[in-house]
Amino acid sequence: MTDMKKPARQGGLNAEIQSRIGHQLRAMYDEVVRQGVPDRFAELIRKLDSPEGAPAVNNDGRD
Amino acid sequence: MPLTNELRDDILASVPSLRAFAISLSGNGDRADDLVQETLLRALANIDSFQPGSNLPAWLFTILRNLFRSDYRKRRREVEDAEGNYAKTLKSQPGQNAHLEFEEFRRALDKLPQDQREALILVGASGFSYEDAAAICGCAIGTIKSRVNRARTKLSTLLYVEGAEDFGPDGTVRAVIGGNG
Repeated sequence: MTDMKKPARQGGLNAEIQSRIGHQLRAMYDEVVRQGVPDRFAELIRKLDSPEGAPAVNNDGRD
Repeated sequence: MPLTNELRDDILASVPSLRAFAISLSGNGDRADDLVQETLLRALANIDSFQPGSNLPAWLFTILRNLFRSDYRKRRREVEDAEGNYAKTLKSQPGQNAHLEFEEFRRALDKLPQDQREALILVGASGFSYEDAAAICGCAIGTIKSRVNRARTKLSTLLYVEGAEDFGPDGTVRAVIGGNG
């Protein structure tokens, strides 16, 4: 046996495996989160902002 | 409540995690973005039913999750060729080994029953509490806990028992996992 310490158990799973799974899951997820907000969604919400669903024009704070 | 600027900004701020949730659920980037778009349209159309001060991400995730499930029933067969599509949605590719490991993880995740997959993602990646995840999935907290546990057990079997030699020749991992299965 080469293990220096006993594998910790959590719900019957080896803690090292659990933490690897957790890490992989978050890596997969965070990769997408880091992509931010694609333009199509920013635009969609901006358009829907105005009551009739029309794009807001002449509303750029220049007056 | 009415759609205030603040609420609109909060919805927009939830988009990255909604996309991550949608991609994790569906394994398909294009479909995930359609799902997010439909979620946003639905949320904005029903914004009056959102309770001010309640958990906006949880509300949005609930909408997306329900849309995905009704969509999923119709398109069950397409899940099988979702493989590989996810990788195309990534802007930067991980290194070769990391990439293979990643594909393997993705495939294993896709093999989970849907109930378990969504519970695991909500708790393990989105960072929702068991309570919020239960509200999103419309089930009891204990049910969420057990789904998450079963998902972890199954993933570890799929990913690490078949390749248990990585963890030493004595089959400790197999014994640990098999012992409580």
